[in-house]
Amino acid sequence: MSPQMIDRVWQALLDTLFMVGVSAGIAVLAGIPLALFLVTSGPHGIFPAPRAHKLVGTLVNGFRAVPFIVLLVALIPFTRLVAGTTIGVWAAIVPLSVSATPFFARIAEVSLREVDAGLIEAAQSIGCRRRHILLHVLLPEALPGIVGGFTITVVSMIGASAMAGAVGAGGLGDVAIRYGYQRFDTTVMTAVIAILIALVCLVQFVGDAAMRRLRAR
Amino acid sequence: MAGLAFDTIRGPVRWVARGAAATAGPAARIATEKRAAGTVSFEGVSKTYRSASGAVQALDRIDLEVPAGTIFGIIGRSGAGKSSLLRTVNRLEDPTSGRVLVDGEPIAELDMAGLVALRRRIGMIFQHFNLLSAKTVRQNVALPLVVAGVPRAEIGTRVDEVLRLVGLEDKAETYPSRLSGGQKQRVGIARALVSNPEILLCDEATSALDPETTLAILRLLRDINRRLGITIILITHEMSVIREVCSNVVVLEQGRIAETGPVWRVFGSPEHPATRALLEPLIRGLPADLSARLQPHPAPGATAVLRITFSGQSTPDLASLAAAAPVRLLQAGIEQIQGHAVGRMLVAVGDAGPDAEARLRALGGEIERIGYVAADD
Repeated sequence: MSPQMIDRVWQALLDTLFMVGVSAGIAVLAGIPLALFLVTSGPHGIFPAPRAHKLVGTLVNGFRAVPFIVLLVALIPFTRLVAGTTIGVWAAIVPLSVSATPFFARIAEVSLREVDAGLIEAAQSIGCRRRHILLHVLLPEALPGIVGGFTITVVSMIGASAMAGAVGAGGLGDVAIRYGYQRFDTTVMTAVIAILIALVCLVQFVGDAAMRRLRAR
Repeated sequence: MAGLAFDTIRGPVRWVARGAAATAGPAARIATEKRAAGTVSFEGVSKTYRSASGAVQALDRIDLEVPAGTIFGIIGRSGAGKSSLLRTVNRLEDPTSGRVLVDGEPIAELDMAGLVALRRRIGMIFQHFNLLSAKTVRQNVALPLVVAGVPRAEIGTRVDEVLRLVGLEDKAETYPSRLSGGQKQRVGIARALVSNPEILLCDEATSALDPETTLAILRLLRDINRRLGITIILITHEMSVIREVCSNVVVLEQGRIAETGPVWRVFGSPEHPATRALLEPLIRGLPADLSARLQPHPAPGATAVLRITFSGQSTPDLASLAAAAPVRLLQAGIEQIQGHAVGRMLVAVGDAGPDAEARLRALGGEIERIGYVAADD
């Protein structure tokens, strides 16, 4: 590879890390409250709101049903509203977050639901208010599962970010398609795939290690 | 709100201010502080569950008074409504009709803040301990105080105090997953006691423990009841648990009270078939070889086998028993329950004249002739 190409791949890696990093952060900040809402607002939950529960559940399913590449395009007006632009890294971060949040929320929801109802009862019996139950029982008890779910989310976001090239956001996927595929540059293709594999392995390793640490107690 | 809960944990601290025993250990300090509070009354409490297969009546007009400072047992088969009844006390469940009063106050009328305050006066322990796995023993025990907004320094002292009370001071920084069942239940008890409650609810607290640990936990509960004067309401399906610690018992059968009273009386003369069924495992039946040789009718020179049942009214007097007739003791199981002798004796009466039996009858205890064995045996 020429030095320019190495530079291009390096820049693409930084773009991918930035896009995925910011979107993952947003997905956690928005996804955990969303998951808590989905878990606690059911008819037998601690904040029962069956109608809102159903509405939000349907919305989440809706977003999850739309393929990312379609979402990327469909969200363009929204992206312009939020990011002020429809091209570049920030234009990719908006749809990436919108797609990752419901995904992560559903995974976190599963872990939160697995928290033993007896623990919630015990918390109520010692005089915990509902917010205490969220803070001291649901979140800490589900944390190992949530961390595992976050790992899965990040890995699938790395995959989705390959499509960000469609809005000119760059990234590893974009380099692979434009140079590796369209210009038949097998070296670039191989390099990008190797980097992606290493990246995914690293994310998985860190996630697994964090989960093991949490579970060990 | 925080102030209210704070007051409840001030109990022992306030006491120290009073003086003399301030130098004694925490157990001794707590010992002298007895309270009158802790009565629970159930008035016509009914509970109906709606399920897919129709309505299920879990409780049917329960009227019951739990006096302050007692250890009150609720026993019954699975599905008899024990858990439902217990859980109405801290409103983990609300009755469909009827009311529950704690210290004379109807708890159904409490708002959220009132309910939280009530729950801080009522500790609860569970069959599966329900400890938070992500928190250390210390953090688990401290949680009731943390959510009540008690100052940190205060929490530290109080947690150390209750951990010492349950004998786990060296496990404070351990996570619950590293503890044995008995230790987990001790943590549960410490957590329930940390806010100095007046009532302790035990939901099958020993059902998941082995017999030896069960005994240790029951002793701890009895100890706590004596030292702190806390009313303990415990549910169980094992009569031996009731016998070990309770002063009063209520037997539930299909959501209704089958019978209730002091433990010695219910054990000594069980009236309801449900009580008898629950007592069955505690009663030693006839030895198999004897029951094989037993004949319904007397043969010449046969020995009568009598069963004498003591239900707490009198204590078996062995000297006058021997004087009354030529008796041989075959089997006996007499226990002292709250100072009353309760149990059965199986005796063989050599010369089975009607006189002998009448004399035996005069000793107190109920006599039942269960058969005869041939003389040559």
